[in-house]
Amino acid sequence: MAETTITGSDLVKPDSLWRIRLRLSWQAFKKNAALFAENPVGLIGFAIILIFMLMAVAHPILINTVWDPVIYDPVTGIDITIPFHPSPPSPTHLLGTDSFGRDVLSQLMFSTASEFALGAVAAIVTVLIATTIGAVAAYYGGIIDTIFMRFADLVVMTPFVTLLIVLSTLFEVGMIELAIIIGLLGGFGSTTIIIKSQALTVKVRTYIEAARIAGGGDARIIFRHIIPNLLPLSFLYMMFTVTSAIFSEAVLSFFGLLNIRMSWGLMIFTTQFSGYLLDFEKWWLIYPASVAITAMCAAFYLVGRGIDEIINPRLRRR
Amino acid sequence: MSENGKNTDTLIEVKDLSKLYPADSGLFSGGDTFIHAVSGLNFSIKRGESVGLVGESGCGKTTTGKLLTRLIEPTEGSILLNTESGDMDIATMTSKETKDFRRRVQMIFQDPYESMNPRLTIYDTVAEPLDVQGIGNISERQARVSELLQTVGLTPASSFLFRYPHELSGGQRQRVAIARALVIEPDFIVADEPTSMLDVSVRTGVMKLMQDLAERLEVTTLYITHDLAVARYMCDRIAVMYLGKIVEIGETEEVLQNPRHPYTKALLSAVPIPDPTYKREAVDIKGGVSKPINPPARCRFYPRCPWADDYCESHDHPPLEDKSGDIHFTSCYHWEDNLEK
Ligand SMILES: Nc1ncnc2c1ncn2[C@@H]1O[C@H](COP(=O)(O)OP(=O)(O)OP(=O)(O)O)[C@@H](O)[C@H]1O
Ligand SMILES: [Mg+2]
Repeated sequence: MAETTITGSDLVKPDSLWRIRLRLSWQAFKKNAALFAENPVGLIGFAIILIFMLMAVAHPILINTVWDPVIYDPVTGIDITIPFHPSPPSPTHLLGTDSFGRDVLSQLMFSTASEFALGAVAAIVTVLIATTIGAVAAYYGGIIDTIFMRFADLVVMTPFVTLLIVLSTLFEVGMIELAIIIGLLGGFGSTTIIIKSQALTVKVRTYIEAARIAGGGDARIIFRHIIPNLLPLSFLYMMFTVTSAIFSEAVLSFFGLLNIRMSWGLMIFTTQFSGYLLDFEKWWLIYPASVAITAMCAAFYLVGRGIDEIINPRLRRR
Repeated sequence: MSENGKNTDTLIEVKDLSKLYPADSGLFSGGDTFIHAVSGLNFSIKRGESVGLVGESGCGKTTTGKLLTRLIEPTEGSILLNTESGDMDIATMTSKETKDFRRRVQMIFQDPYESMNPRLTIYDTVAEPLDVQGIGNISERQARVSELLQTVGLTPASSFLFRYPHELSGGQRQRVAIARALVIEPDFIVADEPTSMLDVSVRTGVMKLMQDLAERLEVTTLYITHDLAVARYMCDRIAVMYLGKIVEIGETEEVLQNPRHPYTKALLSAVPIPDPTYKREAVDIKGGVSKPINPPARCRFYPRCPWADDYCESHDHPPLEDKSGDIHFTSCYHWEDNLEK
């Protein structure tokens, strides 16, 4: 690449443009991270998520080192040295065993990774669809807007659990399928409506007119000027989607509608299935999974609230 | 034909330009009431000239500017832009012509806090026209943008290139907006009250810069303002608008020294003059400016005019005429009768 000298004292290497952009994004990230760190609500959420991440990472390590897979496998393992299952917490099984003799802690940790995957896929699908449709519907208005918004109304009105019952009779709904279904429902439903209303406020800003004066076509205006200004809100709704995905998984597993090997919802289902659901003496069968679901949902919600305060400076305490 | 007719010096020629907005878009009402934001404008702008468009809030200045930059479509009329390959009609351009048009005409907006995408750096903002039109490679664009930032007084350019709009003051932002408008070397710029949102202390600087650049780069400008003092400083000619109509147009000094339309007289009498012995002729106009919703077929200024009579009431809005022949056009039936007043 040719070295270009720019007028007089100004020397900017042309090929460093992407590096400058990278540095700018990094600076923006640092600034936002500092703002986020000021707010205990978001930090608590973030800390909880970190703990769950550690659990997810630790499980395969433990299975390959100290935990014998024959005993500790979350699905097929059984501890035959213990005569009666479910057995209460003990030094070998810190959270006891379930009615099939499987280690509860192992199940809990094993499920964490797939809960994260579920949340991530659902959130990404939701936000990709919702942001694109929201921006396009707001920008073009008219018939395109009407079609997407009436469809969104329809999706919002569809009873979720009933729909899942119908779908699970048609094909086997596993984690990935569930994530995509939740993503599609959010993407075409409620999240679109929210992001579109934000896009409407961006669309009428003067800089959109300025972009048109600069010669920008529809695609450029939508993708370079409208969508980047929606991304903070999209990111916020990604967090909320994770919460709703994990919660939905728990509900659907509890009804036995999902075809998955192991999950927090399935742990509760197993407890219910073996008749221990309301047996509080066997607390280790119900509390670990319930607390995990609640904590993870809360964590992403709290992080979302933390992000919300960065996006809407008016919420920030001075 | 308005003004001095057609000649090769004419860059923009506006004919019978109107823009109506539906005044009610209710489900059961509507369809027959319109705000006549701009109605039947006729004027032309010569190459290299700076024309001021003055008038009260809501008289249709911005609408005119947006029509000339094709941000909105006219309801009626034509806008001819002279190019080396003949005239192009802005009112009925094809999308292919529009791309070419965007290289020729640029706009500077009133609010520098609103007119820049907060997520783009100054470089991206200023280089956008080049990027859209595919002019130059990245290093050439950087060089061009740096050069322009320096031209508009943002030095050293390297310290502004990769900053965001929110890191700049209003005056600096408006300089960036000027750079963006000039980067593609347009023939014509519409400046919509570019200094009215700025702090008084930086206003003159920005005005000087604009005047200097327009002269040096031979850009023709339409300068929208509600401030006659600004128009006097910036413009060769001024057009006074009232409720969607141009009521008076002519050389700046001529219009300001010898205002003929009662509205222009009233506007001038609202400008303070720092001379205690000066005795101003009193022009009393009544009422305030209203919205031109389905205006009746008579002079727009009729309800507020001190000279209004039966003739005005029974005749349509007076045409913009140059009865005196000194390139000073007035849209009033009675201006000659009131010369001595
Ligand atoms: N998009 C629109 N829809 C309906 N009416 C509009 C629209 N834009 C402008 N108008 C109306 O057209 C008239 C002229 O508006 P315009 O913005 O051109 O005035 P202006 O002279 O620029 O005023 P200001 O000095 O306040 O900027 C006003 O009565 C306004 O209410
Ligand atoms: Mg205006």
